[in-house]
Amino acid sequence: MEMIVIYAIVAMTVAGIVLALVLYLVAQKFKVVEDPRIDQVAEKLPGANCGGCGFAGCRGLAEAIVKAGNLEGKACPVGGAPVMAQVAEVMGLQAEESDPMLAVVRCNGGKCNTHQKAAYDGAMDCVSANQNFASEGGCSFGCLGLGNCTKVCKFDAISINPETGLPEVDQDKCVGCGACAKACPRMVIELRKKGLKDRRVFVSCVNKEKGAAAKKNCDVACIGCGKCEKVCPFGAITITNNVSYIDFTKCKMCRKCVAECPTGAIHAVNFPPAKPKAEETPKAENTVETKVEEKGGNNENVQ
Amino acid sequence: MKTFNRGGVHPEENKLARNSKIEVFPLTKKAVVFVSQHLGAPATCLVQKGDKVKVGTLLAKAEAFICANTHSPYSGTVTKVDVATDFNGFKKPAIYIDVEGDEWEEGIDTSNDIIREITLEPKEIVDRIKDRGVVGLGGAAFPTNVKYMIPEGKKAEFLIINGVECEPYLTSDNRIMLENTEEIFIGIEIMKKALGMNNALIGIENNKPEAIRVMTEMSAKYPGTKVVPLQMKYPQGAEKQLINALTGREVPSGKLPIEVGCVVDNVGTALAIYDAVQKNRPLISNVLTYTGKSVKAENQKNLLVRVGTPLQEIIDYCGGLPEDTGKLISGGPMMGKAIMDTTAPTVKTTSSVLVMNQKEASRQKETPCIRCGKCVDACPMGLEPVLLGTLSSQQKWEEAETECVMDCIECGCCLFTCPANRPLLDMIRVGKFKVGAIRRARAQQK
Amino acid sequence: MSILTVSGSPHVHGKMSTNKIMWNVVLALLPALLVSIYFFGWNVLLLTCASVAACLLFECLIQKYLLKGDMSTVYDGSAVVTGILLAFNVPSNLPIWILLLGALVAIGVGKMTFGGLGKNPFNPALVGRVFLFLSFPTNMAPSQWPLPHPMFGSNAVEAVTGPTSLNIMKHGIEQGEVLPNLMDMFTGAMGGSLGEISAIAVLLGGVYMLCRRIISWHIPVAFLGSAFIFAGILNLVNPTLYVSPLYHMFAGGMMLGAIFMATDMVTSPITHKGQIIFGCGCGLLTIIFRCFGSMPEGVSFAILIMNAITPLINKYVKTNKFGYTKTK
Repeated sequence: MEMIVIYAIVAMTVAGIVLALVLYLVAQKFKVVEDPRIDQVAEKLPGANCGGCGFAGCRGLAEAIVKAGNLEGKACPVGGAPVMAQVAEVMGLQAEESDPMLAVVRCNGGKCNTHQKAAYDGAMDCVSANQNFASEGGCSFGCLGLGNCTKVCKFDAISINPETGLPEVDQDKCVGCGACAKACPRMVIELRKKGLKDRRVFVSCVNKEKGAAAKKNCDVACIGCGKCEKVCPFGAITITNNVSYIDFTKCKMCRKCVAECPTGAIHAVNFPPAKPKAEETPKAENTVETKVEEKGGNNENVQ
Repeated sequence: MKTFNRGGVHPEENKLARNSKIEVFPLTKKAVVFVSQHLGAPATCLVQKGDKVKVGTLLAKAEAFICANTHSPYSGTVTKVDVATDFNGFKKPAIYIDVEGDEWEEGIDTSNDIIREITLEPKEIVDRIKDRGVVGLGGAAFPTNVKYMIPEGKKAEFLIINGVECEPYLTSDNRIMLENTEEIFIGIEIMKKALGMNNALIGIENNKPEAIRVMTEMSAKYPGTKVVPLQMKYPQGAEKQLINALTGREVPSGKLPIEVGCVVDNVGTALAIYDAVQKNRPLISNVLTYTGKSVKAENQKNLLVRVGTPLQEIIDYCGGLPEDTGKLISGGPMMGKAIMDTTAPTVKTTSSVLVMNQKEASRQKETPCIRCGKCVDACPMGLEPVLLGTLSSQQKWEEAETECVMDCIECGCCLFTCPANRPLLDMIRVGKFKVGAIRRARAQQK
Repeated sequence: MSILTVSGSPHVHGKMSTNKIMWNVVLALLPALLVSIYFFGWNVLLLTCASVAACLLFECLIQKYLLKGDMSTVYDGSAVVTGILLAFNVPSNLPIWILLLGALVAIGVGKMTFGGLGKNPFNPALVGRVFLFLSFPTNMAPSQWPLPHPMFGSNAVEAVTGPTSLNIMKHGIEQGEVLPNLMDMFTGAMGGSLGEISAIAVLLGGVYMLCRRIISWHIPVAFLGSAFIFAGILNLVNPTLYVSPLYHMFAGGMMLGAIFMATDMVTSPITHKGQIIFGCGCGLLTIIFRCFGSMPEGVSFAILIMNAITPLINKYVKTNKFGYTKTK
């Protein structure tokens, strides 16, 4: 009886040693030599794998950074400057300064400002709808409101407002990865500089039709009149294809264009209540909104 | 009786306008003609504001290989060259014409006499087809002349004429087969001459016995052309399915019919070729079916409409829209596109205006997929629509590509048959669009 | 003018719906139910109704309070089908509370844990049945089953019990017990679970479903065919140990399984080629379980095992795509 126990112990020990040796040898033979810094860099990154940096996931970015040995053109839009500073520390480099970006919806048509001409009854997918018709309101440039942008957002930062049928960006959650901008078949969403104190001025329309045609479908369309271009002291505004565009690198947030715009297509966000001459008192709202309705030049501001 | 080898469905045929004779639609006052009305590269506009045009004046010229000319369907003055909305609400470059009288360009035979003798040489025929802006009238609007330029190393063995009209409701092809029988046969003789062939097959589904009879009688006069009755099954009129039904061959994935030695054209195109070659007429009009269950019997019409006629005028001519109209479709109910703007003008391939009432218009509520596999059974291309739809909604484009999403012919059998009313085809189209973009990007990188 | 609706093509639909499919299956199950009532008495109807009601109730409650989903799936008839099939798989003298427990497992574990209709990998009725079978072996698979006593017969007084034909096939042949004759087995005059006794009634339902294009012939034919051939081979090898394949066809849940259980759309492959593989697998496994296993019946285990393989079949067995096959 004891012999069996001893045999068993010996046999197991020998088997264990042999197998351990095999494992060790195989591990040595097939060892993948990897720069340990890849793991270190990847650890610093947020790990959301959003693809906003342009690489396949966070590890992809880490590999690219370590391989290149520099940080040129490589930045994590999610973590922003603090994360990139940590990465730079790991790599022994100096982090590039980059402005935080934010997704901005450049359409204000939706259900409130257009007149319904058709009812969509197909798959709830913007690309599919775009293959079938212009939009329920008739504008063939604006938002379709079926929420492809909300489906791709990894940070739950963009959602369709059921009242307006338009996407709204939660500026506290948005990291500027640009996934929504890529998902939009009409390129309505643009990445813009988050701006000083989160303040932004932008044209909320991408309609390239001539003024009258654009205005026919939508009350708040940019009609390409050029008033904003003339009034801008910094040359930040250009009009191409009947639509105005504010270059955020040149804009100094003076808001002269906002007052000038006849259709209220230019939006100013997160500015303090306007000059006392404004008749309407700003509505007290607790929710964070990124968009401010412009009516007759009066700013209705939301904090 | 012959038919294609897999899949297919049997929608209610509803050929309500089958007995209405073709009427010539009166000329409109203000026409809007889209510059490009074909598949391929856009044509270049040749006219500008204030120009006087006659019927048949070249408005836009084809400059690329796959491209077609556009001619003026009216005589009058060009009031502006701008954009106009199409049926789907999209803006496209268009020429606005104020119509004055009906004066034709010189050299165009406007009589109704049948000219039987074919004087042009094959090369000249192809040039004439290109010059007169003939495009495939089966729906895709592919420039017809391209089909007659057989690439090196290929040989046309079959000339197939598509008289199937498998779409429910549509009756325009049926009517022209009955009323323009001989012209179609002369058109086929022209095609044969262009291809240097002696025989042709005309496929007609057996739900059109009268057309089969009339065409068979006529074929006695034109040896080499044979009428083949086909078993009723949708989508028999799709190019690949028709080739399979008539010859048993399968066009390889991603290739054109000439790969298996076939040239396929619609009966409407045969008629357009006759007009172009024998009468020098450009493609400026086509037969349009105005139909629908809610349309009164006397308003079910087959109309010969000039291109560029605003849709609203056609609707008014046919007694206006019924009260409960919920949807308008340009084309058949299986592959046609829903219309959102009735002010938009017709184009070369507008084969039908189908009126649906509110009950017919909306889709049933979508329920969970029960993996019944009916879409797989119904797919004439042997694809797995349920899988392709899922991959598309999950944005797995590469997997969708390996599952052959690009082979989908968008016939609609999957959605038609789905008991859960899932928008399969909508999502497959998204997949095709994305995979197509990925492929183009890949080709550019190389 | 009213607002026009816009959607992608096609703009017409084939009128088939999930609801219609499910209610047609219910209709196809009725002959078997009637035959069962005829042979086992009104208790059958009570059991079936209890099972259906329980399945509906559990589906309703889970959908409302746990999944908080769309209630319309309750009315689509799928729970009714599950309820009937579950009742068809139990003996007619099963206490109702056991059956209710089975319904809870069938709907709760077999279906709703995966997210409801269309997402369950296993046939819910079989999950319920196997749960009962393993938990209450004495009630679910007794050695003495109620034997049929036709309702309008002369001596319709007391239910008699005895072994089912499957029990006889498994253990009885050596002890000299005799199988019922084939005709009785075909019409259903034998002991067994509620719905499975009458091959003809089940076949009738199957033919109805085939005509209405609810099912395709691939799974039942492959299932029964492969089982028949395999049992036939065994019978040829040793006729004294293995009974004639015809008995296998009509005994136990073979018909019910092949026509109603294995053809469950959700849990069977979507391509015809896959369906044939699935059916053959079911048939082979059934005969293996019946002839070599420890239990007399194997249909439900065979189907459940093939259910588990279905995703694999769907992944690797593809359709012949147009334009990829070489033609002359």
